[in-house]
Amino acid sequence: MQLRPDTTRRRFLGLAGGAAVAGAVPVVTVRPAEATPAMLASAIRSVTGGAEVKTGKVKLDIPPLVENGNTVPMTVSVASPMAPEDHVASIHVFNEKNPQPNIGNFHLGPQAGRAQVSTRVRLADSQKIVAIAKLSDGSYWSATVDVVVTLAACTEDVI
Amino acid sequence: MRLAGAIAAALLAAGAVGATEIPQAERRSGYSFMKPDTRAMQDEDTANPGMLWVLDGETLWKRKSGAAEKACADCHGDISTSMKGIAARYPAFDNATGRPVDLEQRINSCRANHQQATPLPFESRELLALTAFVARQSQGSPIETGADPQLAPFIAKGRELYLQRQGQLNLGCANCHDDNWDKRLAGSAITQGHPTGYPLYRLEWQSLGSLQRRLRACITGIRAQAYDYGAPELVELELYLMSRARGMPMEAPAVRP
Amino acid sequence: MASALINVPAKAKRGDIIEIKTLMSHIMETGYRHTATGEVVPRDIITSFTCRFNGTEIFRADLFPAIAANPFITFFTTATQSGKFEFEWIGDKGFSETASASITVE
Repeated sequence: MQLRPDTTRRRFLGLAGGAAVAGAVPVVTVRPAEATPAMLASAIRSVTGGAEVKTGKVKLDIPPLVENGNTVPMTVSVASPMAPEDHVASIHVFNEKNPQPNIGNFHLGPQAGRAQVSTRVRLADSQKIVAIAKLSDGSYWSATVDVVVTLAACTEDVI
Repeated sequence: MRLAGAIAAALLAAGAVGATEIPQAERRSGYSFMKPDTRAMQDEDTANPGMLWVLDGETLWKRKSGAAEKACADCHGDISTSMKGIAARYPAFDNATGRPVDLEQRINSCRANHQQATPLPFESRELLALTAFVARQSQGSPIETGADPQLAPFIAKGRELYLQRQGQLNLGCANCHDDNWDKRLAGSAITQGHPTGYPLYRLEWQSLGSLQRRLRACITGIRAQAYDYGAPELVELELYLMSRARGMPMEAPAVRP
Repeated sequence: MASALINVPAKAKRGDIIEIKTLMSHIMETGYRHTATGEVVPRDIITSFTCRFNGTEIFRADLFPAIAANPFITFFTTATQSGKFEFEWIGDKGFSETASASITVE
């Protein structure tokens, strides 16, 4: 998942270093196909069925500048009374530039008490993250955050 | 090429300054350079993925192994007392070989001598797990490595290696970690290189890893040929770094970017 | 070896909203990486995580390769009665692990 602007050179160095790794299969990273904004839109449509997605109610907490794209903490919370007649049914998180637009779907119900989930995600590059909540009344709400993924200084291509 | 450029810039800056040791009062764990989100991962056991290896280590500690059909626990008993502070004194002098050994090597020699079991490969899940479980018992204990006078010549060798420029970038460890630790390299903070939390969970690795793995990666980073796992040079470097961090509290299993 | 860490409060008052934290050891191989010889490293991820309380599903997540290794998932639930939380992780290559935790509600 790690994307580097200097893939060729680093791959060569990675291979050179890899010979000494004891008992491990040398794995090098190559640039995978990126999810495109069209794929992102299509992934969102497959959840919403084309219904209108309003901005608001959803809060997406993710560091704007991450220390390492391999493990990025993320919390999505939705302003909701979480009552049987008015609650969040599911939360869906998408990205713009990973090889695949989906990150995770989280299904919850009124017994949750609080509409909030946290996880850790991989971000292959600086990109847009979108969180969409489906409410019990069938409406969709969203939040979007731009995340900058910096290049870590001391990386290993071969593990 | 961006990265090579950044290191080259650091090299120029380093050229102007001689390697000077960091005064005791200014010594800082890598933890203090991390952003709050990454600190939070280390602060709580159930958020720290390194604890998964500690759990595995607990299972292995109690499991009989080798021809002797003995478990670690059969000799060492309750780990919370028998191994408290032990990792904070490694690498330690090994009388049998007349050399320093690190914690991983000690575990493997214990396996060979007392369990009659095969050594676990460096960076294997099992060896990392056992090391993590042992090191965890020293969490909060001050590092005491290097107190044994027999270690003095090996610490000196490790220090020599720490200062020695090498690789295509012609950099020594000290050029970054003594002289430029308050600066940044690309997106990352340059730390002081105190190995207070090994084995640790590195976000970059998405796994637990040993200090030897980290040193090998750093050596590859300056475009030098990394020593093989278990090489005397790596153990001497580990020894010097741990003795340089004396007095700092152990954090294993730490989390680092 | 597959270890999991679960954080559930041992006790709660009826009506309390409690946080549940879970950490499962898993490589989460994306399926988008290649070996030095150019072969694709096959996808090996956890695809589904479910939490049930006294047999009833209270939380479920579908995971994708963008979830970091050793998946960490936290969520909330309302403490209604004493009972048992059961956790289940299912994934590629027949991966299936379970864990449980009890709570006393006063």
